[in-house]
Amino acid sequence: MPVLWLFLVVLALTGSGFFIGRQRALASAKGDSRNLHSRLPYYGTHAAISVIVPSLLVMAIWLFVQPLVVSSAAEAVLPQALLTADASAGLLMAEVHRVGAELVDQGVTGPLAALVPAGTTAELIPAIELYVANTHTGHLWMSIAVILVALVMGGLALRPINAEFRARNTVERTIMALLIAAASLAILTTVGIVLSMLFETINFFGLHSWTDFFFGTTWAPNFRGDSDLSILPLLWGTLYISLIALIVAVPTGLFAAVYLSEYAGPKTRAFAKPLLEILAGIPTIVYGLFALLTVGPMLTTLFSAGGLLGVDWMKGATSVLTAGVVMGIMLIPFVSSLSDDIINAVPQSMRDGSLGLGATHSETIRQVVIPAALPGIVGAILLAASRAIGETMIVVMGAGALAKFSLNPLESMTTITTRIVSQLTGDGDFSSPETLVAFALGLSLFVLTLGLNVLALFIVRKYREQYE
Amino acid sequence: MYDAPSLEKNVDQKATKIAAKDVQVYYGDTHAIKDVSVDLLANTVTAFIGPSGCGKSTFLRCLNRMNDTIDICRVQGDIRLDGEDIYDKRVDPVQLRAKVGMVFQKPNPFPKSIYDNVAYGPRIHGLARGKSELDEIVESALRRAALWGEVKDRLDAPGTGLSGGQQQRLCIARAVATAPEVLLMDEPCSALDPIATAQVEELIDELRENFSVVIVTHSMQQAARVSQKTAFFHLGNLVEYGDTTQIFTNPIDPRTESYITGRIG
Repeated sequence: MPVLWLFLVVLALTGSGFFIGRQRALASAKGDSRNLHSRLPYYGTHAAISVIVPSLLVMAIWLFVQPLVVSSAAEAVLPQALLTADASAGLLMAEVHRVGAELVDQGVTGPLAALVPAGTTAELIPAIELYVANTHTGHLWMSIAVILVALVMGGLALRPINAEFRARNTVERTIMALLIAAASLAILTTVGIVLSMLFETINFFGLHSWTDFFFGTTWAPNFRGDSDLSILPLLWGTLYISLIALIVAVPTGLFAAVYLSEYAGPKTRAFAKPLLEILAGIPTIVYGLFALLTVGPMLTTLFSAGGLLGVDWMKGATSVLTAGVVMGIMLIPFVSSLSDDIINAVPQSMRDGSLGLGATHSETIRQVVIPAALPGIVGAILLAASRAIGETMIVVMGAGALAKFSLNPLESMTTITTRIVSQLTGDGDFSSPETLVAFALGLSLFVLTLGLNVLALFIVRKYREQYE
Repeated sequence: MYDAPSLEKNVDQKATKIAAKDVQVYYGDTHAIKDVSVDLLANTVTAFIGPSGCGKSTFLRCLNRMNDTIDICRVQGDIRLDGEDIYDKRVDPVQLRAKVGMVFQKPNPFPKSIYDNVAYGPRIHGLARGKSELDEIVESALRRAALWGEVKDRLDAPGTGLSGGQQQRLCIARAVATAPEVLLMDEPCSALDPIATAQVEELIDELRENFSVVIVTHSMQQAARVSQKTAFFHLGNLVEYGDTTQIFTNPIDPRTESYITGRIG
């Protein structure tokens, strides 16, 4: 395992860099650390960082690039006879990779015709030989390069160390660079996700007309190649279920927040608030089970034929209402916790002013506290709405799978998220519009929730400026 | 050193509005107010002075039961408004606060329009029978608070957009519009500049015609300028209570003298 050994060598060099840096600084200060610009460990840390960061960077880049170079070299010597037959270059290279990596792990060098495991295609042996040889050479050069970089950078870092050297400031800069790297990684990942969806979406619109996707009225994927793939019935289901969820969650969550922040004593609050927030920690699949096993059958006993109400409105246990109610329960802690924080942020002087004029507690809340907190509460509701739109598990288990336009909340419908799951988890070809439509759906969903989140953040931020 | 109050001080024949007797206030285990007895007169400005933490604001908040909103606060003793015990079980603190209005240290207009701020109290208590009557109440309250001229063209603008001094006068107008009998003011000028302070002080003097005004202040000059009666609090005790001129020119208690001459506080 040359990589592991190389890593240990770099660590050892880092450690010695730390001690040499420390010693150099101490020697330059004539043994008294009070004469130094920075505290002693900073000099060591400066040297250690200068060794480990560039050398690991070189190692990471090398490990990423080397297989690409080695593979393309091996691919060049693939026998043309095999290529023209039924096996593609990709399949042949997979075998080269598999056998080659095995041999590299065993540390084999030189001619290896005898060592190749049984069952390997004989014609591939030259390619495998080249692969193994190149990999070994690559690792050797990588070790040399990494150790060289470590030594050179360490030397460069050690040279300026003396009593006046500002090691504290250089360490500070390194830490800032680390934090920036972490922040950019998160942002770049988001950009990457959006771009990958964007490219697949463009592929999809190359295969399927965009007018049907955005303005058609039927969702009927099939594998004959004449599918109707329209987002509108799915969007309708999504928005309908989200609306029911919000009708359940907003009043309940808001009233809970008002009770917790305005009426409850410190003891009740300390007990009830965490209890309410436990609801937020329940995995959505568990809510889905609750929808499937409890709420659905309960609604069936009320509304289906032969049910308690004697009406025949509901055909099966899955319905918009089932999913909406359960999703609403899921959103209650979300709304209440955010609203609670916002209501608490309303200054006490507002309440005093209202109470001092002879208003009752609830008049104060209705006419002063809630209006003052309203923009923040609206923001909380919009955030809850974007969670509802993006929710998957509850609708998979509670809402059914029929894409249609209907106003009856007791019928089953389906949402964008559940269709993404079903289009991608089938055995469809990855280049067919029936599969690629998932990316277009995902991007539409992303744009929808992003818009809601931006709106919510905008409203919340505008509200925050009021009391500052 | 002290400006002589501009109005004549014949307060002796005035009726007692609020009578407090042996009032004790506890915050948890802290004894914040000890044995305070005081008679506050009608149509008089009474100033509470004293060093920080002496209990003057706490005592002020007892007079309209604002201390009820603080969980750990307990009030004992006897406080009567027009002879009626305000801590009696039958008294509704909400009704009481309509009669004993309050203006706070920091201007706290509601995030509503200027009109709605002033109309807040009358609407809650149903003081106006129609829109035109409400308009009249709002206008007269704003006139009383010397704010009408500045805001009459923008009654729909938010109250939070006014300047600090205007906001405080808006809060006074808001309190006046509820038609209280007593007006409690907790350091109403501490967040204001000297010009706004002068306007508010002038206003307080005019309010005396219709209300009893009780004002807590850290400024002894202000107490001397606006009040006819002054009470000096120290460490939760009411040390001395008397005519403002007497307190500032001829104090009886040595602690009062030390405070007004700046030796303690």
